[in-house]
Amino acid sequence: MYTVKFDTDAKLKVVADSMILTTDSETNAGSKMLKGYKSLLESEALLKLKAAGYGLCGKTPVGEFAIDLLGETSVDGAYTKDGALMLASADAVKTGDADIALVLDVNGSVRRGTAQSGLISVKPTYGTVSRYGTVPVACSGETVSLIGKTAEDCKNALSVISGHDDKDGTSLSDELCKSALSCGSVKRIAVLKSMTEGADSCVKAKIDAFVNALKENGIEACEIDDTVIVKSRAAWNILMSAELCNNVSRYDGVKYGYRTENFTNLDELYTNSRTEAFGQLLKTAILFGSDTLSTENYMKVYDKALRVRRVVLEAFNKIFGEFDAVLMPACSKMVYTEKDTENKFLSYTENLYTAPASITGLPAVVACGVQLVGKAFSEGALLDTVNAVCKEGK
Amino acid sequence: MRYETVIGLEVHCELATDSKIFCSCSAHSYGAEPNSHVCPACCGMPGMLPVVNKRVVDYGMKAGLMLNCHINRVTTFDKKSYYYPDLPAAYQTTQWFAPVAVNGLVEIETSKGKKNVRIKQIHMEEDAGKLVHDIREDTTHVDFNRTSVPLIEIVSQPDLSSAEEVEAYLERLKTLLRYARVAECEMAHGTMRCDVNLSVRPEGSDKLGVRTEMKNMNSIEAIKRAIEYETSRHIDAIENGTEVLVQETRRWDDIKGKSYAMRSKETAGDYRYFPDPNVMPVVIDDKWFDEISESLPEFPEVKRERYMSEYGLSEYDSEQLAKSIALCECFEDAYSVCGSAKDAANWMLSEVMSNLNARQMTYDMLTLNGKALGELITLVVDGKVGRANAKKILNAMFDDASVSPAEYAEKNGFVISNDTGLMDSVIKTMVAADPKAVADYKSGKEKAIMAIYGKCMKELKGNCDPQTLRTKLIEYINSL
Repeated sequence: MYTVKFDTDAKLKVVADSMILTTDSETNAGSKMLKGYKSLLESEALLKLKAAGYGLCGKTPVGEFAIDLLGETSVDGAYTKDGALMLASADAVKTGDADIALVLDVNGSVRRGTAQSGLISVKPTYGTVSRYGTVPVACSGETVSLIGKTAEDCKNALSVISGHDDKDGTSLSDELCKSALSCGSVKRIAVLKSMTEGADSCVKAKIDAFVNALKENGIEACEIDDTVIVKSRAAWNILMSAELCNNVSRYDGVKYGYRTENFTNLDELYTNSRTEAFGQLLKTAILFGSDTLSTENYMKVYDKALRVRRVVLEAFNKIFGEFDAVLMPACSKMVYTEKDTENKFLSYTENLYTAPASITGLPAVVACGVQLVGKAFSEGALLDTVNAVCKEGK
Repeated sequence: MRYETVIGLEVHCELATDSKIFCSCSAHSYGAEPNSHVCPACCGMPGMLPVVNKRVVDYGMKAGLMLNCHINRVTTFDKKSYYYPDLPAAYQTTQWFAPVAVNGLVEIETSKGKKNVRIKQIHMEEDAGKLVHDIREDTTHVDFNRTSVPLIEIVSQPDLSSAEEVEAYLERLKTLLRYARVAECEMAHGTMRCDVNLSVRPEGSDKLGVRTEMKNMNSIEAIKRAIEYETSRHIDAIENGTEVLVQETRRWDDIKGKSYAMRSKETAGDYRYFPDPNVMPVVIDDKWFDEISESLPEFPEVKRERYMSEYGLSEYDSEQLAKSIALCECFEDAYSVCGSAKDAANWMLSEVMSNLNARQMTYDMLTLNGKALGELITLVVDGKVGRANAKKILNAMFDDASVSPAEYAEKNGFVISNDTGLMDSVIKTMVAADPKAVADYKSGKEKAIMAIYGKCMKELKGNCDPQTLRTKLIEYINSL
């Protein structure tokens, strides 16, 4: 379950995934490229947790640069239990080793893993938690997130890590960051029919159960149609791949990380280091991303994806005129087996459910196996809602 | 057939900010130990995020305004991707979609008269590091001191047509950017670099010929040689079919005096520009814009004219002072205190200049406190400090900008005494000691008195009014 394990006497224990940079231990981002890499700097969010008394109890593996389904591409190997893929950081919380997991949500594996573990996670509003000291992949959408057993654990840890950071140019003001923890309440929820349709019966049952629980708690839930949000995935895959391609260019075998032994000139050093170190999913993402940014395709593909990002946000905001949050699944099924990973690119379709919050930067809370996406700065209200509604984990 | 050369320039200038563009490392590493001015951010390590140095945007705007550009009130940064070992993150953060300044105009003057050169755009970007080739070991080392040092790239329209115009244009850019104190622009230090885009066409034609881009010129003289070489290479190809011209990037070899095509691999490629998601668009509001506009200096011509018309300085003196903003500011400060433009100009162009020369300082390096210089001039004019001692005080002021001339004079006994009793007794002693000079003077050799005068002055350590001393000395001798 761990790449590194630490002893800690701290009352509150935090586990960090391998996208969170630490100075005293390896942060390999799940890759052969960064196997053994020790950072010169430490994640701002982790430093804040440590300062608040949390003790780091371990580092957990992630898929290569955290873009896969559930860690199956990790250089440390897939993490499974009884044939089911598990998110290692979620399992560290579930088994009670850690009170909270500090993770980077890049392509939804955090939310899928949380849903399948029956835990609670919060992906806060983009810009409220510093990304300083996290391995960059898809900077315009990835967010430092938390997994916990209860909404309260998540909220407590979130109140520690949220806040302005001068070292992150996209970091918002303290006032806005803090407002995300205290603003509003959830009274009406829109259930996104278009999103639920493709999910299996277990997932649909989770959605139904959650809707019933909402109603029992006096929260209204209405099914609505949508033709825009469901398009997020295609646009997100373009933006994520393009940014990934650019961000992993720095791993070229020259300065640190994996270097091939098989080269006689600079071009071979670059090409062979990267060819030997990167896995198939990552290489595909790099090629795809590079292509979307080419002079030929930039306007046709990348620029259009940026426009879709805006249109999706507008669609959400239109819904938020009437509703306080949107309910949708976090994944299409409640268990992934190793057989599922035969499709190397499943994460590029399963992110149908996670792309909407990633591309818009809206907060998303996963609980009871389902996902709530709320207005910007409403994660506190979302957590309060699942705290009231969710019977699991209490 | 007669041909004309069409030239456009891409000029890179290092901005004179204290720190780098996206981190707090010092931007001044000229001559420093390799990799001594680096941090994980400018080394492109994972986890560091760029935070824009506001001063860089200030300077970018100033440069834009000095070159009569329109300032984009929302200016953005973009990533330019390519692989090279001196580029640690394998992308350069630059401005592609919305550069800070566009559509400018620079007036140049050559032997053929005045001409306007249009500026297409000025964008801000980070510099790359340096590769150091070690021939003995047959290895290459990377020095990241220069990575992320802020640059502006000034892109002109193809409005230049000769080496002379290019020289005038570059000199003009230098003057204007130095005036705004945004860049050193010293080609020898690499703080100004220039790529030349050149094509040749029959005179009067409106169709552009095949364009080549030349890099690697390290001085204005080298640029001029490269332009002359490349022009004749193009004409030769057109007239005599010596070669087929292709659009390409060429490296200038100043020792051989020739340009060579760079390997296509070095130049081909798609930079895959896209907006940097880690750098928010920079919004320049009215307050910021006004602050920068108001901080701009007068143009050199305006200063020169004003010094002549308003202060009554000679054309030559005005021209000399207007050469450097540092001289102008020091002069204006001195004038504001001493009240005489002529005295202030005289001190600037004689004593201040000779101090600069003695210290091998450029005009722009002048840090002398102009107001203090004004005080010093006043002390001399009021007869409180002798000229020779004033020079000593100025020397001390050069060494330490906090020196107060009045205090320094007091402390070192340079203040001219009004104690006529002392002067009288010194005169008496010196006259008694040199009866021959007195006799000579009395027999009509007026110059003989100067020997005694000098001895008196020396005895008084220069602290007396020369005219009073002279008058008193003559009176005393005549009374004998």
